[in-house]
Amino acid sequence: MAPPLKFLLLAVILASTIMPTASASAAAFGATAATGGEVLNVRLRSEDRTPVGGVTVTVTAPDGTEVGQTETDDEGVATFDIPEPGPYSVEVDLETIPEELAGLSLAQNPRDTRVDPGTPRNLNLLLATDPGAVRETASGWSTVPQLFVSGLRFGLLIALAALGLSMIFGTTGLTNFAHGEFITVGAVVTYVFNNIAELPFLAAAAIGIIATAAYGWVNDAALWKPLRRRGTGLIAMMIVSIGLGIFIRYVVAFFLGTETFQFREYAIQAGIDFGPFSLKPADIIGMVLAVVVLVLAALSLLYTRIGKATRAVADNPALAAASGIDVDRVIRVVWVTGAGMAGLSGVLLGITQGVSWNLGAQLLLLIFAAVTLGGLGTAFGAVTGALIVGILIDVSTAQIPVGGITLGVPTELKYVGALVVLIVILLFRPQGILGRRERVG
Amino acid sequence: MDIDSILRNGLQAAVGIDAIVFALAAIGLNVHFGYTGLLNFGQAAFVLVGAYGIGIGVLYFGLPLGVSLILGLVASVILALLLGIPTLRLRADYLAIVTIAAAEILRLVARANSFRDVSGGSDGLSGFAGSYNALNPFPVGDYGFGYLTFDERAFFNIVVGWSLVALSVLAVFLWMRSPWGRVLKAIREDEDAVRSLGKNVFSYKMQALVIGGVIGCLAGFVYSLSRSSVQPDNYGTAFTFFAYTVLLLGGAARVFGPVVGAMIFWLVISLTDTLLRQGVTNDIIPSYILDGPQVGQVRFMLVGLALMLLMIFRPQGIFGDKRELMLDAR
Repeated sequence: MAPPLKFLLLAVILASTIMPTASASAAAFGATAATGGEVLNVRLRSEDRTPVGGVTVTVTAPDGTEVGQTETDDEGVATFDIPEPGPYSVEVDLETIPEELAGLSLAQNPRDTRVDPGTPRNLNLLLATDPGAVRETASGWSTVPQLFVSGLRFGLLIALAALGLSMIFGTTGLTNFAHGEFITVGAVVTYVFNNIAELPFLAAAAIGIIATAAYGWVNDAALWKPLRRRGTGLIAMMIVSIGLGIFIRYVVAFFLGTETFQFREYAIQAGIDFGPFSLKPADIIGMVLAVVVLVLAALSLLYTRIGKATRAVADNPALAAASGIDVDRVIRVVWVTGAGMAGLSGVLLGITQGVSWNLGAQLLLLIFAAVTLGGLGTAFGAVTGALIVGILIDVSTAQIPVGGITLGVPTELKYVGALVVLIVILLFRPQGILGRRERVG
Repeated sequence: MDIDSILRNGLQAAVGIDAIVFALAAIGLNVHFGYTGLLNFGQAAFVLVGAYGIGIGVLYFGLPLGVSLILGLVASVILALLLGIPTLRLRADYLAIVTIAAAEILRLVARANSFRDVSGGSDGLSGFAGSYNALNPFPVGDYGFGYLTFDERAFFNIVVGWSLVALSVLAVFLWMRSPWGRVLKAIREDEDAVRSLGKNVFSYKMQALVIGGVIGCLAGFVYSLSRSSVQPDNYGTAFTFFAYTVLLLGGAARVFGPVVGAMIFWLVISLTDTLLRQGVTNDIIPSYILDGPQVGQVRFMLVGLALMLLMIFRPQGIFGDKRELMLDAR
């Protein structure tokens, strides 16, 4: 009983040593309060998304007592210390908005909201001339190429993480619910070294990816290998991975805070026009990098000694061990490279959608969808599945008018489409596109 | 430090609405996971269906409360059938992935702006519990003793909630000692052996999925009626994993496991929460170590850690029997 506990403590300590540098910075962002209660941030912006400052905002509790009244700052943000979680009502004094914005109003004023324990509630309010109106979105066939390309980019980034997840499943049988945290760790470590240690982005990204690979090594060495030795069941290990995922996620939230951060050298780039679609330079570099890494991974699986050994273990661990393959070493390599690739995915995702504590957790189900679609345990299936899921998610949002009605998924529901496909696939071809029948069992 | 209020909060949490809701959700999970070995990671979906069943029934369709309750129950049965048909023939981890995906689909759809008319978007629904509160037979006043004193509304909620828990526990107890329950446990231990005895394993699994789902739906009733509101983001994956922690804490495959687990879980959560919060407000814990919002994150860290350590060192929970639960994948 003692050695696993010792290893576990080691893992916990190692996991948390990455973070202390971040805690110093979290205070600098000023969005957290030093009292015992919760925080409510109200952000007020005008129609063109510019912040509106100097406006009085009042928060009242359900029993009518006033919790706080303050003016929005230059960022348009008013921060309230809330004594305890619960429902609150936020009212903007429209008399105090700047003169040039006079006449604009809010969709709901006062607005009811709910403050939950642990995470600051960020409430975005938009001043508009006609707040009830639905904004026009681009529609028609002409939007499809652009959506296809952005879906392809997203699919490539998911593929980096999906490949590792699938190979871990293939070699150990574990469905790793903590895989999303590799993505988060990659992005967060890069953010810490980029913004706080002020290293150049590329150096920080390299450190981030290496740190994630090291974290993958710790995962296997401190937790999964001892559990395999003990003969812990796969379902028990799956639940352990859920616990690990939750724990790491909130350790990151604890030290980093719950806001979304941008890398220091982040800048809004103009897209390069390719005719039917346009792409930002950063996106192109990310896509090329992802393709290169995926091709390298595929080639090494096909032709190198360790790659062949990996496929042999995925096929039949007992037989592989009998033929002289060091199964534990193969599994270790799979954890390290799988984590490293997920870390790269985190860095690339962080460039476009910002770094946050739940970056990976939000994507975990899509990665599962990709892996299941391609065939659990297969390497090339995972990549294929990821590309299909990525493209499907974005292309399904194209609003195409067909005979008077508009076909297409609202953007807010685009992930739903991918999850529905996951369920439908299991109905008709549970082994996935490239999986084999006997895996289903 | 106000020891008095720490104790009061802790004890009230141990018998309060949260404990009742998670006890019911975990009793449902116990039928799925503890007795039948089904890895349902989407219990939040059944709770959501129950909660929204009432809200949508009363507010959107204008039905009376009783009919809305039936609507919620029927919806949870349909959900169980929809989840079960594609997955119950497959390996355990497929059911896990599909159920967690289905729960997220329901949550995303419920909070979508596109369906704001029906489900109220990300704000959820509120103001549908009027006829429930009108049923309250207790006159205005305080009920209970010592720390456990509640006003008439909270007391009514607790009485209704614990009655449902008691009924569910009794039902599970009777079912599991019947021949039917023994078949479920046999399926958990060795599906193929049961099949070779001529039992229809798929049908038994489906019945277990439906029954556990309906008990989860009861949790949704208690949750939404006691707060007289439904918030979509309360039914995220965290809900399911809290319920798993509750179940594993008390002991899976034990009739009282989920109930004891829920009481201990919320007692511990409340004690640590209030202790830390008071430490922060009274400057006993300096703010550079811990500040307000971080207290809530400590709660989740504890849950994650508890889930890991329980599963590694004591998978049978506090009162479980290790022989009952080998927890091995096929």
